[in-house]
Amino acid sequence: MRRAVIAFTAFLGGLVFLLSSPAWADGEALKGTLQNQGQPVNGVKISVAGEDGNPVGDATTGADGKWEVPVPKAGKYKVTLDQSTLPKDVGLKFQNRATLDVQVYEGSERNVLFALAPAGKQGEGAAQTSDSSSFWDRVAQLTFEGFNLGLIIALAAMGLSLVFGTTGLTNFAHGELLTFGAMCAYFFNVVIGLPLIVAAVISVVIGGAFGYSQDRFFWGVLRRRGSSLVAMMIISIGLALFLRYVFLFFFGGEGASFADYNAQPGIQVGPISAAPKNFIAMGIELAVLIVVGLALLKTRVGKAARAVADNPALAASSGINVDGVIRIIWTVGGAVASLAGVMLGLSQNVSYQMGFQILLLVFAGVTLGGLGTAFGALVGSIVVGLFIQLSTVVVPTELKTVGALLVLILVMLFRPQGILGRRERIG
Amino acid sequence: MHADTTPARKAAALAAFAGLDREPGVAKPDPILVVDKVVRRFGGLTAVDVDHVEVQRGSITALIGPNGAGKTTFFNQLTGFDSADEGSWAFNGKQLKGVPAHRVARAGMVRTFQLTKALSKLTVMENMRLGAQNQRGENFFRALIPGSWRRQEDEITERAEELLERFKLDAKRDDFAGSLSGGQRKLLEMARALMVGPELVMLDEPMAGVNPALTQSLLGHVKDLREEGMTVLFVEHDMDMVRDISDWVIVMAQGNVIAEGPPDTIMSDPRVIDAYLGAHHDAPMSAEEFEEQLQEAEAELESEIEEKA
Amino acid sequence: MDWNTIFVTTVKASIGLETVVYALAAIGINIQFGYAGLLNFGQAAFLGVAAYGMAVTVATFHLPFWLGILIGLAATIVLAFLLGIPTLRLRADYLAIVTIAAAEIVRLVFRSVKFSSVFGGSDGRQNFSGDFFAMNPYSPGTYGIGPISFNERVTWVLTVGWVLIAITCGLVYLLMKSPWGRVLKAIREDEDAVRSLGKNVFSYKMQALVLGGVVGCLGGFLFALGQASVQPDLFSTEFTFYAYTIVILGGAARVFSPVVGAALFWVLLVFVGNTLSEAVSAGLLPSLFTVNNIGAVRFMLVGLGLMLLLIFRPQGIFGDKREIALDAR
Repeated sequence: MRRAVIAFTAFLGGLVFLLSSPAWADGEALKGTLQNQGQPVNGVKISVAGEDGNPVGDATTGADGKWEVPVPKAGKYKVTLDQSTLPKDVGLKFQNRATLDVQVYEGSERNVLFALAPAGKQGEGAAQTSDSSSFWDRVAQLTFEGFNLGLIIALAAMGLSLVFGTTGLTNFAHGELLTFGAMCAYFFNVVIGLPLIVAAVISVVIGGAFGYSQDRFFWGVLRRRGSSLVAMMIISIGLALFLRYVFLFFFGGEGASFADYNAQPGIQVGPISAAPKNFIAMGIELAVLIVVGLALLKTRVGKAARAVADNPALAASSGINVDGVIRIIWTVGGAVASLAGVMLGLSQNVSYQMGFQILLLVFAGVTLGGLGTAFGALVGSIVVGLFIQLSTVVVPTELKTVGALLVLILVMLFRPQGILGRRERIG
Repeated sequence: MHADTTPARKAAALAAFAGLDREPGVAKPDPILVVDKVVRRFGGLTAVDVDHVEVQRGSITALIGPNGAGKTTFFNQLTGFDSADEGSWAFNGKQLKGVPAHRVARAGMVRTFQLTKALSKLTVMENMRLGAQNQRGENFFRALIPGSWRRQEDEITERAEELLERFKLDAKRDDFAGSLSGGQRKLLEMARALMVGPELVMLDEPMAGVNPALTQSLLGHVKDLREEGMTVLFVEHDMDMVRDISDWVIVMAQGNVIAEGPPDTIMSDPRVIDAYLGAHHDAPMSAEEFEEQLQEAEAELESEIEEKA
Repeated sequence: MDWNTIFVTTVKASIGLETVVYALAAIGINIQFGYAGLLNFGQAAFLGVAAYGMAVTVATFHLPFWLGILIGLAATIVLAFLLGIPTLRLRADYLAIVTIAAAEIVRLVFRSVKFSSVFGGSDGRQNFSGDFFAMNPYSPGTYGIGPISFNERVTWVLTVGWVLIAITCGLVYLLMKSPWGRVLKAIREDEDAVRSLGKNVFSYKMQALVLGGVVGCLGGFLFALGQASVQPDLFSTEFTFYAYTIVILGGAARVFSPVVGAALFWVLLVFVGNTLSEAVSAGLLPSLFTVNNIGAVRFMLVGLGLMLLLIFRPQGIFGDKREIALDAR
């Protein structure tokens, strides 16, 4: 919980500075999480020495890949990963970075990252990108991961885009629908103890109900009052803040993972290596997207939804029950967003901020595809996912989101209607 | 000072049109606006494709045509609110293609909108003041020194008061524009456009949504514009009004100008009848048809509002 | 329950550093959003580039303090142009998405390891406020009435802050009384109408965006100087959202409302926060509430408050209902 308090304190800005004693007086420490392709690596020994070379302490990573070594004071430390304790199929990505020099500041914990890679795939010092076959392997791997991320974004974007298309609402609380889904699944999986698949199904149902009731008891009421869209947009921000802190209240600030499928060993398919759950998750995501897409194209409700998105007044005058259609969109949107949340929790972690963190990428996907067009959102989302992962070939991983957001801004500049959108008619 | 009492300008305008050909794109003796080959496409649809058209200075010219003829789109091209794909047009000899809307207005070509754009959360007086050009106080730095713009503001206010009196809005001076009726908003929008000091006033459906009691007064104001030496180009559906006030009529259908002529004979032109029949309308509109069209227009407006909002 | 401490911290919060910083950020948003109708959701980035511009100039490159201020100011203006040029011609919600994305970009770059030699990573930058405090006219000691007093450093920061707030409020008052302000308010209502009256709408929106950013950037300087450090996560998107809450609480398009809104926001936040945590330690609340999660409650209340305000009182405390752009009814 301490980390949550610290993260939270950072949010409060300098409030603490002025009004109370600093909450980060917990003492300095070095810590980190060892992961190989998103999977925690346990049982690895990490030792810390002072600048003078005297040992300070050591730690062994736990089942969640986490380790922590408290240090006596701020200063420079050497952190060494004992490579002999690594599992056989895992190695350091860069052999020359087994020992890192890090600076610990007063009163703060310092995160230390060791990049791992499957054995045989790691770069041998400088030889890593000059080898063309390993470069293309990496591209293939990243493309796979990009699709994985893109499909999750697309699931989330579907609802956001349809709600925007039919009601004009730019819903900043859409990310919280994802978090909600992930938290429901977490509750039924970890707290109640149901298998994750059952928990996911329950969470999708509850997510749909949540979407339905949001429209039934909240957005629909506001729409009938004739709230302006800007007001509704800001109301959605209020709702997002409210929900996010409700999640924080009950869940705490720390990320956690589901009880199942945590330490699946990776399998190799061609140049791609990933845990089987990733393949299955992608299959489910794809299937859901296809079903929703077909429903939009073929069913009465789907056609009505597209008609409403195209021109609500015209749709209403041709006998479509606009409010009913919007409610169905909210319900399906909520359910699909819940699923997206579960998938996101599966591939990363469940945390109270997960929805908000991915929301900008969802916006990027939706805008890229053209605001309000469901299929545009799908294409845009996958492009965003691919772009984010593939950009790590040239930019550091920590900045991969920056690239995607920059592209979003550039698209606004040159093709504001998005990839599949139409030019707007004025007047 | 309504036009029927001072018909001098009307006579002059009618004289200018006397003996003109009825062909689309006919040359006028003293054109204020000359349009050449203006094309605007939306995807595969060609909304506007006007080969050549001229507007006579000092006249009231009506632009009519069935729904979807491209009249409003054409207006948007001319006034810089939408970019034309091809073509050129000159106002007082000045080329205006690619010129942004605010410069078009400054050049002396001012428009109003089909969907009235009274700034409802500003007072009537503030609406009027906004129309004045070359205001010193609209510059960021001079705005900080009230002394530098106070006197000009007083002059503007005086001019605005005169106009408000003429348009019978002086009692509403300090009300929010949002509290006005539909017809009063139309009046305000026209008065505000006059604050700009235009040479050519372009009115997009000035009668749409106006209660019949106000129609006569609005008509009078439009005629007054010509008497003051301004040129008027307006889009309208109401044929009675077109016949009453216009000196010349230009007919558009499917994006093209298909005919021109004086108002009393234009509706008997076979090309015009064809165009209206093609768009399921008999030539001059009956009251019921007008009603019907109004409702259509309203539905269109509503959808537009919802799209925008 | 230690009511005395709660009272003292609450009163101090009403004029404290956060109130000053958020008031300046909110005055900027009020210019952009309240008067001109621009949805800038990246105000945090404007404060961020200003604070970092100054801090990096002094702490990383060891250049003079005033040059740092100039660079922070320049960075803010450049950011406004970068964001404004592509988006100010587009629909309002596009600006919202672009600015929120830009704010996130700025924060991620500031905290990245890649650029930590310049920006200091997630630890940020320290050691740049020496020159500022060297100008401090207050001699060491505490200033104030009884327990409601600040040390000489805080007093100096707050003095500068409130003087800046007074100056900016004066500026906003003059501007919004002038024809310039009239054009801005008209753009908020309907930009096509304004365009048809011969005003260069794009230019006015840009001026509003730059002005709002520059006012916000003053808040950024004070935030950095007041804490003698900058950290990237201070400039998160939630900062911007709180500033919006403040503007709406006070009432958009009113000169003093962001200031009153900021004071009230922090008074409520501190009061509720302290009361709750006192109640928890005194065992007055159900065991569901703990020292760890009690902080979340007041931010739930912020979100709830923002929603309720917009639904039931969109004009805020001082706004005029007929004049407010935010009608949620």
